[in-house]
Amino acid sequence: MSAVHHIPSSEAILACEGLSKHFGGIRAFTDVAFQARRGEVTAVIGDNGAGKSTLIRCLVGVHVPDDGEIFFDGQPKPFGNPDEARKAGIETVHQNLALIDELTVAQNLFLNREIVRRFGPIALLDRKAMRTQARAMLSRLSINMPSVNQRVRRLSGGQRQAISICRAAGSGAKLVVMDEPTAALGVQETANVEALIRRLRDQGVSVILVSHNFDQVRRLSDQIWVMRAGKMVATVRASETSGNELVALVTGAA
Amino acid sequence: MSTPEQNAPARVTAGAAEESRPSLSALLLDPSFWADWASVVGLVGLVIVFGIAQPVFLSVANLQALLLAAAILVVLSIGQTFVVATSGIDLSLAAAVMLGAIILGLVNAAGYGIFLACLLAVLATSAVGFLNGLLITAGRIPDFVVTLGTLSGITGLGLILSGGEPTMVGSTFLLRLASGHFGPFGYPVWVAIAAVIVAHIALYHTRFGVHLLATGGQTESANALGIRTNRVKIAAYTISGFCAGIAAILLVARIGSAEPLINTSLLLNSVAAVVLGGVSLFGGRASILGPAIGALMLTALVNGLTLLSVSAFYQPLAVGAIVVLAALIMRYQK
Repeated sequence: MSAVHHIPSSEAILACEGLSKHFGGIRAFTDVAFQARRGEVTAVIGDNGAGKSTLIRCLVGVHVPDDGEIFFDGQPKPFGNPDEARKAGIETVHQNLALIDELTVAQNLFLNREIVRRFGPIALLDRKAMRTQARAMLSRLSINMPSVNQRVRRLSGGQRQAISICRAAGSGAKLVVMDEPTAALGVQETANVEALIRRLRDQGVSVILVSHNFDQVRRLSDQIWVMRAGKMVATVRASETSGNELVALVTGAA
Repeated sequence: MSTPEQNAPARVTAGAAEESRPSLSALLLDPSFWADWASVVGLVGLVIVFGIAQPVFLSVANLQALLLAAAILVVLSIGQTFVVATSGIDLSLAAAVMLGAIILGLVNAAGYGIFLACLLAVLATSAVGFLNGLLITAGRIPDFVVTLGTLSGITGLGLILSGGEPTMVGSTFLLRLASGHFGPFGYPVWVAIAAVIVAHIALYHTRFGVHLLATGGQTESANALGIRTNRVKIAAYTISGFCAGIAAILLVARIGSAEPLINTSLLLNSVAAVVLGGVSLFGGRASILGPAIGALMLTALVNGLTLLSVSAFYQPLAVGAIVVLAALIMRYQK
């Protein structure tokens, strides 16, 4: 369980090998191997500054790694920017940057991938189609929303997170990456978002989850990867581990 | 258009489910209703007050003159709306009108024909807007500073080009534009109506419009979702400059000459109309009809005060009071 090196198998939706990233003299992480299996929830845990978020950002094209290879769907795929990753089928749910308050639920769900009807050179929004499809997207994930015409500003934190996840899933993404999806939520809202993540997996979408919450990780994920001080130090099946073991792995007390 | 407008003032009820619209009385008690409809309420109020105080105000001839006088401000307010929707402000708008007018006059005087003159005027003001957008986004300078700078810069440029002298523009095309009628309205009114329709469609029925509001609402989030917010901002300032060019043509047509004078009340009134129209100065929330009616209201105010023989000195005072009052009501906007 100590040294983690896997050759990316055909089961992996996203994998990396020998990945390193430095910011000037500061080492974010070195020689990281990681893989997320198709159709599973894969968690990445670690203490603050362990390099989790930077790793995820490298995997989805926000940062370009200094060294190493990234494989998506079995193919070497270095993403130059988040748009390329999005086009390949990776959607990211950003911590606080997911929604526009002043736009409606439907507008948010279709932001930057609006449905248009073309009239010669002019493309006009098909708002009716977007509203109808927005309702379908929400109901497919059993998200309760009084109206898709509601401005996002008035929604609770949990509802907002549900919409960001719905938005990510609704694009037909193969993989949804979430960075601390329940960090700012209450108990009930956290439970709702966790149920939503399970439904997402049940529909065959692969999920990568970055979290601080070891209980949540054990409840939600299939495979857990542990980072410590810029290294990938362990990987365990969630069903075969305990909270104590995870604490030990994260702190290095094992 | 049967589909509801999510961002138009009409959607003050957006918080309620579409199935259960609040009753009229509840609507009338909601301060945000009055905030969203400030320009309409103000216009109706002014029409009633002036109509009673001076019946001539409601005469067809006066109303036609009022609309004609409002056309330039309506066009400018639309330009300002696009910029304010991105949470910016264009202080160079009136100066751009002056520059456009001078270029129009000089090109026409040089004998290149009125159409080329109009085209170059619009191109020049659009270029000013583009430059504003470029400096704000690529140069990372606050909008206020950039447009204040271009305000001064193009004022100087206008004075240098014109030598400080007005240029007469004797063109039958512009004369017909200024005085001609089609149906009940003069041509400038039709230009303003066309601008309102095109801008409304651009804001509510195109991807650009949604991206504009997203950029104004939360630039960073919009960026994270893959919207090229810098391009959107540059486009908004360019549209503002384009509107200044159209306004310059209407202005030269109206007064028959290109003058190297900035009509500062045009700038202030364009911002005032936007505020009256319920457009959030913090960006992300806008309508076109609101500012257009706001512009109409400000023009009606000046027109009515003139008919009541109130000294012109009181007009800026009245405009100022109304704008501050509108901003105060706007605090209740949700």
